[in-house]
Amino acid sequence: MNADIIVVGGGVVGTALAYGFARQGLSVLVLDGEDGDMRAARANFGLVWVQGKGAKAPAYHDLTRQSANLWPTFLQELEGCVETRIDYARPGGLFYCLSDHEYEARDALNKRMHNQAEYADTRMVDRRELERMMPAVTFGSEVVGASYCLADGHANPLQLLAALQQAITALGSKLLFRSTVGSIRPEKTGFTVHATSGSFRAPKVVVAAGLATPLLTEPLGFTIPLRSERGQLLVTERLAPILPYPASGLRQTADGTVMIGATKEEATDRGVTVASATKLALRATRIIPALSAARLVRQWSGFRVMPPDGSPIYAQSERYPGLFAAACHSGVTLAAAHAAIVAPAMIAGRLSRDLAAFSNGRFDVQKCA
Amino acid sequence: MFKSVLERPGVPPDMMVLVNGVETPAWDGETVASVLLRVPDAGRRSPISGTLRLPYCQMGVCFECLAIVDGIASTQGCLVPVQPGMRIESQRGPREISR
Repeated sequence: MNADIIVVGGGVVGTALAYGFARQGLSVLVLDGEDGDMRAARANFGLVWVQGKGAKAPAYHDLTRQSANLWPTFLQELEGCVETRIDYARPGGLFYCLSDHEYEARDALNKRMHNQAEYADTRMVDRRELERMMPAVTFGSEVVGASYCLADGHANPLQLLAALQQAITALGSKLLFRSTVGSIRPEKTGFTVHATSGSFRAPKVVVAAGLATPLLTEPLGFTIPLRSERGQLLVTERLAPILPYPASGLRQTADGTVMIGATKEEATDRGVTVASATKLALRATRIIPALSAARLVRQWSGFRVMPPDGSPIYAQSERYPGLFAAACHSGVTLAAAHAAIVAPAMIAGRLSRDLAAFSNGRFDVQKCA
Repeated sequence: MFKSVLERPGVPPDMMVLVNGVETPAWDGETVASVLLRVPDAGRRSPISGTLRLPYCQMGVCFECLAIVDGIASTQGCLVPVQPGMRIESQRGPREISR
């Protein structure tokens, strides 16, 4: 055996799980793909976000909230492990409303979610209160107010990924880049994983390969349904601090750049379009007109990893126990939960008990009926 | 510091520009970044680390030549040809946008 457990995928989901396994004392081998592969871990917006998540899926909302609450400790332990810094702040987050209709709809959503569970940390703030919270900007005339959630924050996702990758090595486990996995073969005991860099054996395998996950699991009769959704993002030059609160689709990083995102598109190529740049820039300047003076330095596309119902999938194959899959949107927000909750549950065989709501069996209509 | 290859004793420069308020000779076809390389203490400070930076790649990639050109901050100096009387100022921190 080459390791106690092999993780296929060195993105933010795979590395967070691997980090969780390594912290439990397991020897982990992470097999990552090619440098040019599509990576939500590198393309994402960087929010650690609670409000509005899982509006129709209480278990997802609870896991999101747990993860957001675990984030400060997760970060502290991770930074201690690799002696690197990850920009992170949790001042609470905003969802801007540009009409009375948007304001009322958001208020109704918050109330609906409050009814599901007792969380009193999201409230509506009107324009006057927003102006007090953000004295460095003048809001556009359409800004009515915002929804403000104390549990929200943001982080630098690139620093997070780098730190997780380093931490795996620091804990004595191994990460191999440019090791695309072609197939997983069940053996009498454990599995053989065939990668471009060689073949590796372990008693347990976790597939966390983003949108490529079904390609590896489907041949083994292990169905992980996923949909790809393109999102385009913009980033400006570095500006003096003007946005003390991250918002859905608009945040200023610790380095000063302003990120503007993100579209939802059906396209499958990794191109960018003028139409999307215009749409994103227009909404951002309707919120803060002065942003029209800022220069854009980059525009890019990323692909969301979307389970059919939006909630994460954490599953173990019934036919081949020891074969797991993890796939979700929001790998940054959920990173702390992946390390502290999901990874330990996988090792202890408690996945179906502790995280039953996230099994892939929920998509099996016959079984549910 | 660098010296222009076009500089000849007794031959006047093509134009004068202002670098941090100081009259500075410049030649047709050169960029703001190339002028900045000839002027002592005209570098910018990184808004992240605060360290001193000078124009580097000369092809629009590294953003080390950001300067305030005719009042517009964060201008990539290597992409802007000089014009007579141009006002070039060193950018010492992040750009500020008006309220």
